[in-house]
Amino acid sequence: MRNDENTIICRCEDLTLARLRQLIAEGYTTLDEIKRISRAGMGPCQGRTCRALIEREIANLTGTPIKDQPPAKYRQPCQPVKLAAILGGEPHAKDS
Amino acid sequence: MIETQIAIIGGGPAGLQAATAAGQTGAQVLLIDNFDRLGGQLVKQTHMFFGSQQQFAGTRGIDIATKLAKQVAALENVQVMLEATALGIYEDGVLLVEQHDRVHKVKAERIIVAVGASERMLAFPNNDLPGVYGAGAAQTLMNVHGVKPGHRVLMVGAGNIGLIVSYQMLQAGVEVVGIVEAAPTIGGYLVHAAKVRRAGVPIYTSHTVKEAYGEGVVEGAIIWQLDENWSPIPGTERDVAVDVICLAVGLSPLSDLLWQAGCEMAYVPELGGSVAVRDELLRTSNPEIYVAGDVAGVEEASSAMVEGRIAGLGAALSLGLGGETAFKHLQEAREQLTALRSGPVGEKILAGLRRVEREVATDA
Repeated sequence: MRNDENTIICRCEDLTLARLRQLIAEGYTTLDEIKRISRAGMGPCQGRTCRALIEREIANLTGTPIKDQPPAKYRQPCQPVKLAAILGGEPHAKDS
Repeated sequence: MIETQIAIIGGGPAGLQAATAAGQTGAQVLLIDNFDRLGGQLVKQTHMFFGSQQQFAGTRGIDIATKLAKQVAALENVQVMLEATALGIYEDGVLLVEQHDRVHKVKAERIIVAVGASERMLAFPNNDLPGVYGAGAAQTLMNVHGVKPGHRVLMVGAGNIGLIVSYQMLQAGVEVVGIVEAAPTIGGYLVHAAKVRRAGVPIYTSHTVKEAYGEGVVEGAIIWQLDENWSPIPGTERDVAVDVICLAVGLSPLSDLLWQAGCEMAYVPELGGSVAVRDELLRTSNPEIYVAGDVAGVEEASSAMVEGRIAGLGAALSLGLGGETAFKHLQEAREQLTALRSGPVGEKILAGLRRVEREVATDA
């Protein structure tokens, strides 16, 4: 196995360094593009592990420094939440 | 819908001090934290702090957490929500909070985001083997839950976190076989480095992890040396048998909520990553939102405490609360912050701040 095939970038969604490099070579060169094509950053940690690693790799391979890369879109909720919690609505005054 | 004047997200050193400072002006304050006790990362800091007397120098972090939480508890106008997670800030300024599988909408006139930072990861082969930990996570295991992370540890990173966690591992009876640091010099304070060196732990500067190995779990790591351009030097590999690899390679500000709130952001490596542009009172380009602590720029608990005070007082003053007394306390806090940043480490922080500090406040 090549070294970058067992280097994990997004451990929530199992994105390897090899796959990330392949995606960048195919023209997916922003965080959001990588996210949409690979699901990186969409797991339980919501990109807190992989985001900085992906930005660095994009910078290494495309020459675009991190500060000039378009930022990812950050949507609510920023932590996983059970659907039941949202469907349950707000507690009524008497039980809160 | 919970209505309050000032909502503070994060009950670490910054959020606690923000709650006290804002609460003392008479403001209605809601302090939200996702853990079951207040203190943030302070609760696992078993070592004594440096810094200045006002920021509890000579006191252990965990005892500082207790003191700060007591100050908050003494204020009747400060409500605390524990085990509560801020899920998002929406276009209408509503903050969504989940607590015990129920959601709450919070409408506050001001929100102070003091959520801290997350640990950075490192890309190397087999970095997903069980036994690869963030140093902060290993510290939580030991000092909060009383569980040793393993028997033999390789620490990656000789900043203060790497050095302090290494020392605390030795105290817990865990062998630390070495600390590798990619930079040519040790990043943390010399006193911390001297403590682990006296205990016989080697620090390999200009070294990094080449790979981890093991069947199903970490059984060892290969480290190698870096040249002056940070490129690895073949032939310098060294095999270390360890069951834990601990990563202390920096922190990233947890800026999700600030992006959602539409705050103007800037990427500033000196401050750890993307941080909100803010004025001297830590008010962001969204006039309802303030920042304090590591989310405003990765620094230290002592400066986080002072930033918390500044943001708390700034938010209260912007609502017409606190008056002359709050203004005087604000000036004192700003002087303390300047003093804390007067050392060589402060130089880097100040350089970063010059790129994000500007006049942003408008009338809310």
